[in-house]
Order: sequence, then structure tokens, then C-alpha cells
Amino acid sequence: MKRARLRKILIPLAVALFWLGLWELLSLLVGQELLLPSPLQVLRKLYQLAGTAAFWSQTAHSILRVLTGLVSAAVLGLLLAFASHRSKPVRALLSPIMTLVKSTPVASFIVLALVWLGRDVVPVIITGLMVLPVVWANVTEGLAGIDPQLLELAQVYGLPRARLRRRIVLPSVLPSFRAALSSALGLGWKAGIAAEVLTVPRKSIGRMIFESKQYLETTELFAWTVTVILLSLVIERLLLRMVSRIGRRREASHA
Amino acid sequence: MLELKGICVSFDGKEVLRDCNLTLPEGGRVALMGPSGCGKSTLLRVALGLQKPDAGTVSGRPGRTAAVFQEPRLLPWRTAEENVNLVLSDNASTLPNARKWLGRVELEEAAGLYPAELSGGMQQRVSLARALAFRPELLVLDEPFKAMDDALCQRMLCMVGEQLAGVSLLMATHSEEEARRLGCRILRYRDGAFFETGD
Repeated sequence: MKRARLRKILIPLAVALFWLGLWELLSLLVGQELLLPSPLQVLRKLYQLAGTAAFWSQTAHSILRVLTGLVSAAVLGLLLAFASHRSKPVRALLSPIMTLVKSTPVASFIVLALVWLGRDVVPVIITGLMVLPVVWANVTEGLAGIDPQLLELAQVYGLPRARLRRRIVLPSVLPSFRAALSSALGLGWKAGIAAEVLTVPRKSIGRMIFESKQYLETTELFAWTVTVILLSLVIERLLLRMVSRIGRRREASHA
Repeated sequence: MLELKGICVSFDGKEVLRDCNLTLPEGGRVALMGPSGCGKSTLLRVALGLQKPDAGTVSGRPGRTAAVFQEPRLLPWRTAEENVNLVLSDNASTLPNARKWLGRVELEEAAGLYPAELSGGMQQRVSLARALAFRPELLVLDEPFKAMDDALCQRMLCMVGEQLAGVSLLMATHSEEEARRLGCRILRYRDGAFFETGD
């Protein structure tokens, strides 16, 4: 038991050390920080950046933008999925739009949004556009997959609509919604930051990445990229935990 | 009085029920008997309003109807007592009542277990407890005792029999003994419909 737990920690640690070691080796071979800084140099830069108020301000603004896009799209995706489930014409109407949104290159959306909207709003919209079709498709599928035997049971016992929704529909759909959030979050976060790089809002991680590239601050570029990756992981964990907790609390409060 | 008149049902062109009639007065008890696949469950589904007949009418279905299907149909994400409570209310105030009914099907100690932690027979008893806890005017049972051993089946028959005062019962079974123990009028399958044979 103890051995298994130890292995669970040691294997990922060994994998991480291997890749960091390879990175270090490559940077030693290249021998120029401008082209490929070492992991230690990046870590040092990140430590320096994290000591400034500007770092936290830029990061907070980016998080806020991405989260606004993500939450709005998740809620809209849920509502549209329920509407599509109830009405075939709505589904027929939405289906090609969602396919279109999914297959259009992000860059096209960013440029178009930049033409139509203010630069601060573009990352929000882009994140939303990445998340919306995934949530819609997954939840629509989840709704279609509700066990028909349970729906018949509800019909026979004449369960009130609210109870049917809370006890049967929502728990059936929650796994699809979680899966959608899990896959859409990384996508939305990356697209949001990419939109920031192209639109350079006043306070954003994207602007810092853009400026690092402009001034050939490769180590800073790496440090900001590491920040984006770490934030993506933390936000994904927190959001998924929150969704599960909301699901559990709704259940518990009506047990 | 529940009345099914001239019911016809076919699946993929194959006729299952043909001009089938059934009358169940308030408090009456009817058992449908016949070989597997003859249409017993289909007729129960028509009576429950879950299957639209190709022809015929259903009238007089009471407002409070409960059913035990061949499958337990439990919510996998709810415990046994919560599954029973599902048909009682949407809050915890009725949980003691749900537990009481689980006690009657000898599952008091399994109240906090999830369906996946229960055997098929135990799940079926939770389903039975849920149906009885609902205090129905019409109880529909589709081979509810088939996953139980003889001794348990006898005890469950006895318990169900005690709860049937004033309840209309419509059941499908392969066991004449079950039907007789529950005081049912037996209708047997013949040529697409169910008839009383008088035996």
C-alpha cells in the first residue's frame, strides 16, 4: 500500500526530472540564454516577476477575462443544450453554427473580433467561443443519454418537474458537463491568452508575452509561458472541484 | 375502475397483443400469466401509459400509480433509502418513512448502500419498498419476486399481501402460487389476449 503510494509520487517526479534535465542539457548545448534559457534561469526570472505587483495585476486581469468568457460560455452552452434537447428545430438550427465555430481557426475569430469589438473584450469572446460548442455538444449528448427507464419511472410515479430535474436529469448530465469543462478549459485558456497576444490589452499576460518577444526577452517569455501553464492547471482543478462540489451540495441539501 | 378495451400492439409488424380487454375494479387484483414474451409486460406498460397501443383505449387509471418493473430502476447515484425517498418527497423529512419501508423488505441495514453495492434481489426489494411506500391506488408488479429465493419470496408475498387493502393490483407472473397468495384473479394468455380460464 505504502509502496504503491510512493510509486505514485516517484514516477511523475522522475518523469518531470527527466524532461527538465533534457531541457537543461539542450540549453547547455545551445549556450545562449537568448535562444534557449535553462530551467533554472526561467525559474529565477519567474521568482523575480512574482515579486512585482505588476505581475499579479497582469495575471489577475487575464484570469478575470478568461474566467468571464469561460463561465458565460458554460452557462450559455448549458442553456442551449437544454433548449436543443427539448426542441428539434432549435437543435437543427444550432448544430451547424456550433460545427462552424469549432472548425473556424481561432486566428480568424481574433482578427474579426478585433475589427468589431474593443481589445479588452476580444479575449473574453474568444475564450467563450472555444468553450461554448464543447459544452453544448457534451451536454446535449448527456441529455440524450439519460436512461429512458428512469424517465419512465418518473412518469409512472408522477414526479414533479423540479424533482425530476434535480434527481435524474442533472446527475445524469453532470459527468458530461465536467468532461466538457475539462477539455474546453485548456482550449479556452490557451485561445484567450493567444487573443491577448494579438490584441495586447493594457493589462494582460498576453501583452507581457508580446513585449517579451518584441524585446527578445526569451527568459521572460518562458517565465510567462510557465505561468500560463501553471495557471491553466490550477484553474482546471479548482473549477472541476467546484462543479463536483456544487453537484454534491445540491444533492445533499435536498437529500 | 381501470379498463383496457380492444388493445392491439405490434412491434416491427409482429402482432403482440390483439383486441385485448382487461377490467380491474377498484381494489381488484389481476394476475397475467403466459409464456415469456407473450405480451404480459407490454400490457402492463399500456396500462401504465408507457406504451401507446396501435388500437384500443385505456381509461380509469388512478392518479397514484406505483410500479415494480422487471428491472429495479434505481438511481445509481442515490442510496437505497434515498431511492425510496425519491417518490415520497424532495427533502430529508420523509427519510425515516423510507427507512421503515426498507425495514419491511428486510433491508434496514442496507439503507445507506448504493445500488451497485446491492445484489439483484436486494435491488428489486428496494424497488418494491419504493412502490409500497408511495401508498398507491394502483400497484403494477412485473415479475417482482423472480430474483428472490423461495423463503424470502414467501415472506415478501406475505408482506405485500398485508399492504394491499384498498389497492388495485395488476401483476405479471409465471407463478400461479404467487398470484393465488396475493388473491389475484388469473388471466391466461391465448391468441394475443388474456382470458379468465375459471380454473
